[in-house]
Amino acid sequence: MGEEVKKKRPAPDPNSAKYKLGQIAAKAYSDCMEAKARGEMVGWCASNFPVEIPETLGLSVCYPENQAAAIAARGGGERMCSESEGDGYSNDLCAYARVSLAYMKLKDAPEQNMPMPDFVLCCNNICNCMIKWYENIARELDIPMIMIDIPFNPDYEVSDAETEYIRAQFWGAIHQLEKITGKKWSDERYKEVMEISGRSSRAWLAATSCAKYLPSPFNGFDLLNHMAVMVTARGKKEAAEAMETLLKEYEDNHEKGDSTYHGEEKYRIMFEGIACWPWLRVTSTGLKSRGINMVTTIYADAFGFIYDDFDGMCRAYARVPNAMNLELSRDKRIKLCKDNHVEGLLVHTNRSCKLWSGFMAEMSRQIGRACDIPVVSFDGDQADPRNFSEAQYDTRVQGLMEIMEANKGGRSDGNR
Amino acid sequence: MFTLGVDIGSTTAKAVILKDGKDIVSSSIVVATVGTDGVSRAMENALRESGVRREEIRFTVATGYGRKTFAGADLQLSELTCHAVGVHREFGDVRTVIDIGGQDAKVLSLNEEGRMANFVMNDKCAAGTGRFLDVMANILHLDISQLEVEAARAVHPANISSTCTVFAESEVISQLASGVRIPDLVAGICQSVAARVASLVKRVGVREQVCMSGGVARNAGVRNAMEKELGVRIVYSEHAQLMGALGAALYAYDKVQNDNL
Ligand code: SF4
Repeated sequence: MGEEVKKKRPAPDPNSAKYKLGQIAAKAYSDCMEAKARGEMVGWCASNFPVEIPETLGLSVCYPENQAAAIAARGGGERMCSESEGDGYSNDLCAYARVSLAYMKLKDAPEQNMPMPDFVLCCNNICNCMIKWYENIARELDIPMIMIDIPFNPDYEVSDAETEYIRAQFWGAIHQLEKITGKKWSDERYKEVMEISGRSSRAWLAATSCAKYLPSPFNGFDLLNHMAVMVTARGKKEAAEAMETLLKEYEDNHEKGDSTYHGEEKYRIMFEGIACWPWLRVTSTGLKSRGINMVTTIYADAFGFIYDDFDGMCRAYARVPNAMNLELSRDKRIKLCKDNHVEGLLVHTNRSCKLWSGFMAEMSRQIGRACDIPVVSFDGDQADPRNFSEAQYDTRVQGLMEIMEANKGGRSDGNR
Repeated sequence: MFTLGVDIGSTTAKAVILKDGKDIVSSSIVVATVGTDGVSRAMENALRESGVRREEIRFTVATGYGRKTFAGADLQLSELTCHAVGVHREFGDVRTVIDIGGQDAKVLSLNEEGRMANFVMNDKCAAGTGRFLDVMANILHLDISQLEVEAARAVHPANISSTCTVFAESEVISQLASGVRIPDLVAGICQSVAARVASLVKRVGVREQVCMSGGVARNAGVRNAMEKELGVRIVYSEHAQLMGALGAALYAYDKVQNDNL
């Protein structure tokens, strides 16, 4: 079927960041499949588990959250969520968990397959729902679960005591994995991985910060796709190279006055929360058709980790967005809004992610006030398409645009 | 010069014809859902009543949930902006607008110039909307217009604890079965809508003067409950239900003036 479509589209430039990043994201799955086929043990890994550990040990892992997002973006979210609900999992549970638990049972999803795990790597720095989700997988499949507890941090900085607590657990996880898989930890290799991960992160963060330019050299929705590589492969050399290519392209775009945002960038907003994968096109078109560029989102930057030793790594994983308090979360976002000349904030109130959405109302109110920008929220879900209404989204986005226009002293042209 | 504002809501279509940005020469409200001929009927009624010919309409703004389905508009605007414009013309000092429509509830915060500075809307469910009142009136075999009268006769308003329309429905039925009087139930229902919407109002902040617009504003039962809930006086216009269409017609007029159309 694909042939006809392919003929019409220009061949993608294999040197472009988009092509490279797409290849890496796809390869993450095929590599795992091949490893499994070779008889190696493979794991399922939480997105904010220190990837440096399996990478250093030379273990293949895949990411249920990333798979769930892919399944949802390709239209399988409702089917998988319903499957889990039929098994008694509540509709209130995170949709990534519902998709993943359904996959564990069905072992097949045409939208995105991945090999079944021999162990699971869980880290609760983003949420506690994950613990039960992974525990269920481990119990059902009768496989070991490696669990790292990174508590929610009520302070602005990560204390020495917390660092020590995390460090001990990281080493515990390493030893456990050595025992389970028979692989050996090497300090040399770790240093290499750390450097590569740092390279990827630096390039990625520099690329996302190109939103400081007016107009932005990219469409913010690009970030939502490219970040998959940061989640799954930031410790790999190809990822670092592709991210550096991406940065260069954005810088070049700026020089040439070019952008991957096609059309006139009339307004710039920050998007808060996880993308609504099943409705990605609708959510992006609702903005694009009104000249709104979503230039920045904390979600993309969340996957840039910069540190220079083992303790630094412990601290970095204790400072991921969902593990930090309201004040720090707010200040980081205020900085993004100010650095990137944001004129409005669009908040995705995500039915799935209670942790993220819970303090969003108060946080966005504070951001709106500090940056003097309008804040608008809409209901949705990252993977369950049932929790979204297109008409309601549209009205809210149009309302946001009309306020931004009025703030510029103009009159809205509405949607002709 | 005549301008036309058409507000295509989820349950009603409204049209307002305005002369020189000042006088409402005619208006029409047709109970019909989006996708039916309700809009054209509303528009035709308004034209007929005013004697204005279609060609005489200089500019048309469509608003509301079904704004995109209306081919005859020169411009589409969200109902948020239209309500802000409409209310500002009627009451220059209003800073907070509570608009409860058929399917949603919105609260707008206006700045000194009457421009919308912020807004919040209810989430996906129908709690705290006209739909909630429709469902409840239906259970009690009352016409929606009777709710106001019934609420005024309440002695001990019932407590409806669920804001969810579906849960509240069974709650009302069981209270009815246990002998709670209809006026007390109606007062409880109005109170429940007010409480739900008041939490939205508090999210944008209550700044006086507060105005209610939209179809539900005509219901004194809800208005009074809202005043109590927020502790402020609420103004409302006889055109409350037409406010979106009126704002659209006013916007159309301003657009012609400002852009020399
Ligand atoms: S989306 Fe939220 S609830 Fe789901 S796994 Fe991620 S952090 Fe946890």
